[in-house]
Amino acid sequence: MDAFLPLIPFLPLIGFAINGLFGARLSKTAVGIIGSGVLLVSFLLSVACFNQVAASGAIQHTMYNFFTIDSMRVDFGFLVDQLSVWMMLIVTGVGFLIHVYSIGYMHDDEGFWKFFAYLNLFIFSMLLLVMGDNLLMLFFGWEGVGLCSYLLIGFWYTNKEYGKAARKAFIMNRIGDLGLLLGIFLIFKTFGSLNFTDIFSRLPEMRLDPAAVTLICLLLFVGAMGKSAQLPLYTWLPDAMAGPTPVSALIHAATMVTAGVYLVARCNPLYSLSPDALHVVAFVGMVTSIFAAIIGLRQNDIKKVLAYSTVSQLGLMFIGLGMGAYASAMFHVTTHAFFKALLFLAAGSIIHGMGGEQDIRNMGGLRKAMPVTFWVFLIGTFAISGFPLLSGFFSKDEILALTYAHGGVWWWGFAGFGALLTVIYMSRLLYVTFFGEFRGTEEQKHHLHESPAVMTVPLVILAILSVLGGLLNTPHFMHLGTPQWLASWFGPVIPAADMHLPESTEWSLMTFTTSLALVIIAGLYFVYTRRGNLPVADEAQTGLTRVVANKFYVDEIYDFLFVKPVEIGSRLLHYADTLFVDGIVTGVAKGVERLGAQFRKLQNGNIEYYLIGMVAGAVLLLLSLFV
Amino acid sequence: MSLILIIIPLVVSVFVLLARPNGVRSIALAATLANLAVSAFACVGFSGDGSFNHLVDLPWVAGAGIHFRLGMDGISLLMVLLTNLLAPLIVLSSYGRAMENESRYYGLVLMMLGALNGVFLALDGLVFYVFYELALIPIYFICAIWGGQDRIRITLKFFIYTFIGSLFMLVSLLYVYLQTPGEHSFAWEALMRVQLTPEAANWVMLGFFLAFAVKMPVFPFHTWQPDTYTASPTGGTMLLAGIMLKMGVYGVIRWMVPLASEAMHFWTPVFIVLAVTGIVYASIIAVKQSDLKRLIAYSSIAHVGLIAAGVLAWNKAGVQGSLIQMLNHGINVIGLFFVVDLIERRLGTRTLADMGGIAKAAPVFAALFMIVMLGSVAVPLTNGFPGEFLLLNGVWNYNVWLGGVAGLTIIFGAVYMLRAYGLAVFGEANEETARFADVDTREWIVLGVIAALVLVLGFFPGIVLNLTDGSVTRILGTVQL
Repeated sequence: MDAFLPLIPFLPLIGFAINGLFGARLSKTAVGIIGSGVLLVSFLLSVACFNQVAASGAIQHTMYNFFTIDSMRVDFGFLVDQLSVWMMLIVTGVGFLIHVYSIGYMHDDEGFWKFFAYLNLFIFSMLLLVMGDNLLMLFFGWEGVGLCSYLLIGFWYTNKEYGKAARKAFIMNRIGDLGLLLGIFLIFKTFGSLNFTDIFSRLPEMRLDPAAVTLICLLLFVGAMGKSAQLPLYTWLPDAMAGPTPVSALIHAATMVTAGVYLVARCNPLYSLSPDALHVVAFVGMVTSIFAAIIGLRQNDIKKVLAYSTVSQLGLMFIGLGMGAYASAMFHVTTHAFFKALLFLAAGSIIHGMGGEQDIRNMGGLRKAMPVTFWVFLIGTFAISGFPLLSGFFSKDEILALTYAHGGVWWWGFAGFGALLTVIYMSRLLYVTFFGEFRGTEEQKHHLHESPAVMTVPLVILAILSVLGGLLNTPHFMHLGTPQWLASWFGPVIPAADMHLPESTEWSLMTFTTSLALVIIAGLYFVYTRRGNLPVADEAQTGLTRVVANKFYVDEIYDFLFVKPVEIGSRLLHYADTLFVDGIVTGVAKGVERLGAQFRKLQNGNIEYYLIGMVAGAVLLLLSLFV
Repeated sequence: MSLILIIIPLVVSVFVLLARPNGVRSIALAATLANLAVSAFACVGFSGDGSFNHLVDLPWVAGAGIHFRLGMDGISLLMVLLTNLLAPLIVLSSYGRAMENESRYYGLVLMMLGALNGVFLALDGLVFYVFYELALIPIYFICAIWGGQDRIRITLKFFIYTFIGSLFMLVSLLYVYLQTPGEHSFAWEALMRVQLTPEAANWVMLGFFLAFAVKMPVFPFHTWQPDTYTASPTGGTMLLAGIMLKMGVYGVIRWMVPLASEAMHFWTPVFIVLAVTGIVYASIIAVKQSDLKRLIAYSSIAHVGLIAAGVLAWNKAGVQGSLIQMLNHGINVIGLFFVVDLIERRLGTRTLADMGGIAKAAPVFAALFMIVMLGSVAVPLTNGFPGEFLLLNGVWNYNVWLGGVAGLTIIFGAVYMLRAYGLAVFGEANEETARFADVDTREWIVLGVIAALVLVLGFFPGIVLNLTDGSVTRILGTVQL
C-alpha cells in the first residue's frame, strides 16, 4: 500500500493536468469521466488505506526531501492514521459524488473542462492538507485549497462582483494564514520539528511554559478562523456562494471549511494542555454559531441561507472542540458533510430547474414539480435540525451533551439556542421553497423540471448517508448497537472525551432539545405555508429586520475600518513618495546637474563615441591582465 | 571556467558593437545560451562545501596587491546560474520589439552580462568594484536611449543615485585595504581578516550599505526605482529587476557583512527596520497603482525588502531564504515584466483601467500569467513560497515582532497582485481586449519556460538550497555576530 499512497493525492493532480492542458479539445464526456474517474480510484485506494490502518495502524510514507535547513527538515511525506484516513474518505467519497453531479449541473457551461480541472486541483490540495505528515505539508494544502476556492468562486470571471468575492475569500484566508504561519514558526522553535509525530511524541517529556502553548494554539486557531469562517473572519463565506453550486457543496460546506476543525483535532495534544485556548475556541464558536444563525433567519437567497447555516454549524463544531470533545466535532464534520452537501446539491437542483433563480420568494410549491429534490431536501433539513435518529440528531446531541458535561448549563443553553435557530431558518427555507403556491414567472413555471439522473442519483446517495450517518457513533445509553464506533476508531489519535453525566440527564437533555425542535418544525409549517407570512421584499423591511437582513452591516464596517484606510493610505503614500522622499534626492541631483552643465561643453553628444571609448577602456583593462 | 563566463559576453559585445553584423539578435541569443551552457557545466564536480571552485588568479597590479581573482562557491554559483539563466530569456523577450540600432542594444546587453558575471565571481575587492561600476554603464545607456517618456531626467537620477552610492563603497573598500597588514592586498580573504575598530567598522559598513541599499533598493533609497523601472525598455527593466538588484544583496553577503562584521550589532537593527518598513510601505503603495508596470516596480521593492531583511538577520533560514528567493524573484519578475510588455504591445497601454476580459480572447496567456502571478504571491508549490517562508522565518528568529510585520507581505502581496490580475484579465472585455491576440510561439516559449520553472522549483526547492547550503554554513560560521 505504501507505494500507492502518493497516488491518492496525485491522481487528482494528473486529472487536473490532463483536463487543464487538453480539456478544451476533449469531449465533455471524456472530461467528466477523467475528472470523476481519478477521484473514484482515489476513493477506492482510500478505502484500501482504511483497511490497512484498521488492521495495522498508521502508515507513514516519505516521497522526497522538500528542503533541509539545518535541523529544519521538511519532507514531502504523508501520515495516514485514523484521523487522516477518515478525512480522506470524506473528501474523496463526497468529492466523487459531487464530481458526478457536476457532469449534469455544468453541462451547458463553456468552461466545463476548466471546472473539472479546478475541482481536481482542489481535491489534490485538500488531500495534501489532511495527509501531510508535517505542518508545512498541511500548509501547502491549506493555501492550495484557498487558491482553488479563489479560482472557483471567480469561475464566471466576466462578472466583476464574483471576482471581488473571490479576492475577498483569498485575502481573508491569507489573514488567517499569517496566524497559522507564525504558529508554525513558534512550534518549530519550541519543538525543533514540524513533524506531527515528532511534536506529539516530544510533548509529554517537555516542560512547556503554559503561556507558550496557549500562544501556539491561538495562532493556529487564527488560521482555523480564516479557513473555517469563524468570527471575525467569516464574511468571505457567504460571498463565496458566487461560485457554481457544486463548489459551494464541496468546498464551502463539506470539506475545505472543515479544515480548521481538522487542524484543531489534529493538534489536540497541544490544545488539551491549554484550557485558556480551549475557552477561546469554544467562545468564538458559540458567538459565531448564534450570530450566523440570526443572520440566516432573514436571508432570502437559498444559497445564502445555507452559507450562514454552514458558518453556524462550524461554530457548533468549534464549541465541541473547545469542550475537548474532538471526536464529537469530527463526528459532526462527517454528518455535516453528508447533509450539507446534500442540501447544497439539492439547492443546485432547484436553481437548475428554476433557470438560475435563487430567491426563495420567487419559488414555492416546488414539491410537485421536483419530487426527488423535494424529498432529499426534506431529509437534509430534518437531518440538520436534529430530527430523531437522523445523522444530525446524533452528532449535534453528542456535542450538546458534552457541552453540558464540561461547560455547564449556560454553555449548553447558548449552544442549544444556536441549534434551535438552525431549526427555524431551515424549516422556513423548506416550507417557503417547496410548499404553498408557485410564485415565479410564467416562463419559469414552464421551464420547471426535475433534474436528470446524473444529478439525482448522487442526491439520493447523500440522502441515505444523511439518514444513516448517525449510526457511526450512537450514544451508549441508547443501546442501538456499535456504540461510539467512530470515537473509538479515532482513539489512537484522539483520546476519548470524558462523559460523566448520568444516563437520566443525557436522556432529559436530549428529550428537551429534540421536542423543541419538533415543535418548531411543526409550528412553522403553519406559518410559512400561508401566503401572508411569506418573506417580504427588501424595501419593505424595517427596523431590526432590516439590520439582520443586511447582515448587521458587518461588510460595511470592515470596509470602513480596513479597506478604505489602506486605499487612502496607498494614495497618500504614493503622493508622499513622489513628493517628499524623492524631492530631497532630486534636489541634490539638480545641483549636480548644474555642475554637469559646465562640463557638457567638453562633450559632443555622440553616443557612439562614448560607447567605443567605454568598450575600449574595458578591453584595455582586461588586456592589462596579460601584459 | 570563471574567466570564460566573462569573456564570451564581453568579446561578443565588442564584436557586435564594432562590426554591427546582420542577425545580431541571434548572435546575442547564441552567446547567452553558450554562457548558460558554461555555467551549467560549472556545476559538474562542483564542491559545495563552501570552498571556491574554478579559481582564477592573475596578477594585475601585483605591486599594489591587486589580483584578477575569480572563484565560485555555492553562493556565487547560484548568482551565476541566475544571471545566465535569465539572460537568454531577456534577449528572447526583446525580439518582439522593433528598434533602431539593434546591434548597439544587444551589444550593451551582452556587456552588462559580462559585468554581472564579473561581480558575482570577483574575489578581489577592486575587481569587484570595477565590475560593479562597469555594470552600471550599459544599463544607463539602455535606459537612456530606448526608454520611454522623460527618460533622460529619470536615468540621470538613477545614474547619480547609484554612482554616489558606489563611491561610498569605494571609500570603505580602500579603508579596509589600507588596514591589511604588511603588503596591502585587495584579496577577499585578506580584507576579511582585517580586524577593524568598532568605530571604523561602523563607517565602513555604512559605506557599503549605502551602495547596496541604493542598488536593491531599500527604503528610503528607493525613489529612483519606480521611475526607472517604468521608463526603461522592457529588456532594461528585466536586467535591473531580475539581476542587477541582486548585486546589492550579494554584496551584503559577500562583502559588507564579512568585511565589517564588527558593526553588525550596531547597524543591523537599523537596517532591518528600514527593510521591513519598505516591505509594508511599498506594498501599500502598490495597492492602488493604476499603471501595471509601476505596480510591479513597487512590488519588487517590497520583495527585495524582505530579501534584505532575511540576509541581515544573518541566520541560516534568512540567508538561505534570500538566496533561493533571489533566483525565484528574478524568474518571476522577468515573467511579470514580459507580461506587461506583451500587453503594452497589443493594447498600447499599461493602464489597468483600460484592460479587462483578456481571459476570453487569450486563454493561454491568461493561464501562463496566472502561474507567474501565483509564483509572485508565493502560493505553496510555486517557486515563490520556499524563499518567502524561510525569509519570514529568518526575520522572525531575529525578532518576532519584525517577523510579524514582515509577514504582512503575504496579505498585501495577495491584495495588489490579485487586484492587478483581476483588472487585467477578468471582467468584461472592451473593444480592444476583445481582439487581444493570444501568445505567439516566441512568447509561448518565454512564458512557458518561466511557468515551468515556477512549478519545478516550487516542488523541488531542495535543488537550489542544496547548492548553497555548504557555503552558507561556512560563511555563517566564519562571520559570527
